[in-house]
Amino acid sequence: MAAFAFYLFAGLLLTSGLMVITAKNPVHSVLWLILAFFNAAGLFILLGAEFLAMLLVIVYVGAVAVLFLFVVMMLDIDFKALQRGALQNLPLGLAVSGVILAEVLLVASGWTAGQGVIVHEALAGPPPGMTNTQWIGSQLYTRYFFVFSMSGLILLAAMIGAIVLTHRRRVGIKKQSIAAQNARTPGGTVAVGKAAIGQGVEL
Amino acid sequence: MHPIFASIAIAGPETILTLGSLAALMLGTFTPKHRALVVTSLFAVAILGVAGFSLTDAPAGRSIAFDGLYVADDFSAYLKVIIMAAAAASVLLALPWLQERGAGRFEYPVLMLLAALGMAMMVSANDLLTLYVGLELAALPSYVLAAFSRADDRSAEAGLKYFVLGALASGMLLYGVTLVYGFAGSTQLDVIAQLVSAQAERSIGMLFGIVFILAGLAFKVSAVPFHMWTPDVYEGAPTPVAAFFSAAPKAAALGLMARVLVVAFPGKVAADWQQIIMFIAIASMVLGAVAAVAQTNVKRLLAYSSIANIGFALVGLSPGSPAGISALLFYVTVYVAMTLGSFLVVLQLRRPDGGTVETMADLAGLSKTQPKLALALAIFMFSLAGIPPLLGFWPKFAVFQAAIASGLLGLAIIGFIASVVAAFYYLRLIKIMYFDEPAVALASEGSPVNGALIAACALFCSPLGMLAMSPLAVATARAAAALFPA
Repeated sequence: MAAFAFYLFAGLLLTSGLMVITAKNPVHSVLWLILAFFNAAGLFILLGAEFLAMLLVIVYVGAVAVLFLFVVMMLDIDFKALQRGALQNLPLGLAVSGVILAEVLLVASGWTAGQGVIVHEALAGPPPGMTNTQWIGSQLYTRYFFVFSMSGLILLAAMIGAIVLTHRRRVGIKKQSIAAQNARTPGGTVAVGKAAIGQGVEL
Repeated sequence: MHPIFASIAIAGPETILTLGSLAALMLGTFTPKHRALVVTSLFAVAILGVAGFSLTDAPAGRSIAFDGLYVADDFSAYLKVIIMAAAAASVLLALPWLQERGAGRFEYPVLMLLAALGMAMMVSANDLLTLYVGLELAALPSYVLAAFSRADDRSAEAGLKYFVLGALASGMLLYGVTLVYGFAGSTQLDVIAQLVSAQAERSIGMLFGIVFILAGLAFKVSAVPFHMWTPDVYEGAPTPVAAFFSAAPKAAALGLMARVLVVAFPGKVAADWQQIIMFIAIASMVLGAVAAVAQTNVKRLLAYSSIANIGFALVGLSPGSPAGISALLFYVTVYVAMTLGSFLVVLQLRRPDGGTVETMADLAGLSKTQPKLALALAIFMFSLAGIPPLLGFWPKFAVFQAAIASGLLGLAIIGFIASVVAAFYYLRLIKIMYFDEPAVALASEGSPVNGALIAACALFCSPLGMLAMSPLAVATARAAAALFPA
């Protein structure tokens, strides 16, 4: 049963991965990508990593892919023209990937699986009385504290970069100034006048 | 003391840079707009200085921190000093350019600090995870800096190109890391080394991992065949940013490459990676020398020159011997001074219309209009070409000597031929400066700080720099010995 589920998820994952890059419509590509994420999450569940599976669904499907979808919908790019350019290079690309495939097959044919694998204190699983999620947390915040906190700085750098590259002070736009609004008095803004019949009001 | 505090103390420079970059960000935000850039830049230089100075106080020998993720030894200390100095110079040299644009963007030094932090992590990486995170932390600010003058199409293109290709290289590197982890069962460099040497036969899967890791790292040092981005990015990026790219990140990535290969893959596997490094070195030297001949743009020329120089530095890595690593460190030190100096001169020159110098024809007759700058540039070019009395000759000599001592005579001969070809375009630039009639009257931008930096680099590269050779030899030998535990 587990083997069947593995091949089901793995097969669907590969198919949807292939569809991501071959789909004509970019929106379809993103939707295939979401399917790929779901199948990868399924594979994680099979491995017993339920937390990672949920993380993949929540973060990648829930946030990243949906954002992708918005961006793709808003971009005004002629994907047809882009693909036409890609088709021109197709023969060369196929030739290169053919060579690489042949090389990989040659290597794989002369190589028995498992040879050369050095198993080093394989992590058996969480210590007794600890769930998977707890275990990930305890490793992340103790053993891997250094790289974890430095990853935070990478995100900070990305944030600064995004602001540097997109923020600009534009002139001639209308902005709300709450202080100015609050400082308005009826005397300065309201005028009572009498409009004569048949004539407009002079302001 | 709790181990985490001991670890934070060992990673002193990183701690200082982390807190310093956050403080610089706040400082820039809350300083009045017209002063923000200068204040933040000077603060950043001070932080880099403190971080570099803290290295002198570090305990001798090898200290491991953060449960094996981080190592501080003589090798990392030596490279960190170079990185901090090059980063500080890059912050300073950009100041006039940034002020001129009137942008007052204080984020520039902050991004520089974050990149320096990433580079410090790279040379102290004792684990493939630290390596990757450090590399990304150094790369991400670089992408932003390449696109810094956003209104300029070429700058935006350079940033985008660098980002896309950099992400591809990171992907390859990460794939290699997973392969090595999969076959070794550990990401810690010394543990991998133990497992590799305990193994009877070498593992093909592991070899695949090494190849992918090397591909990713070769991109970062812009070695052939992963060099394609370099000329475009150098040409498109603002000149101070190109100066930064050519100095500190190259030193960090070469140091990282040396540490990963020498520490994690000794013994039987060493022969495999040495072949790859030799190929990369030859290809970089030859392509860097030949392709530069046809260039007319100064920044593109310097880009090809940096590709060729990385090739020469990698000749030092090829034997995988202490003498080779020490020559590599010496090469990197001198190269950083030469390349920063050349970029500084280019940055200092202004065309009559206020633009920066782009083509080599602009430099015609520079000896008549700006004799001092022409002399400095001539020193850097002679030094890059490796003409004997200048300092640039000695590191080339050292790497070739190390290669020959390990029996790599062919590599040294090819390197020698490549350096003769490369001498052609360096000398042509000098000919254009000294013997051609002035085309445009170039003015000096006149920044005293940059002038002092140029003078310092020129003095270091001049024959006077040979005075620094014996202390450098002692320092590099000690740093290289740190990679080879007795």
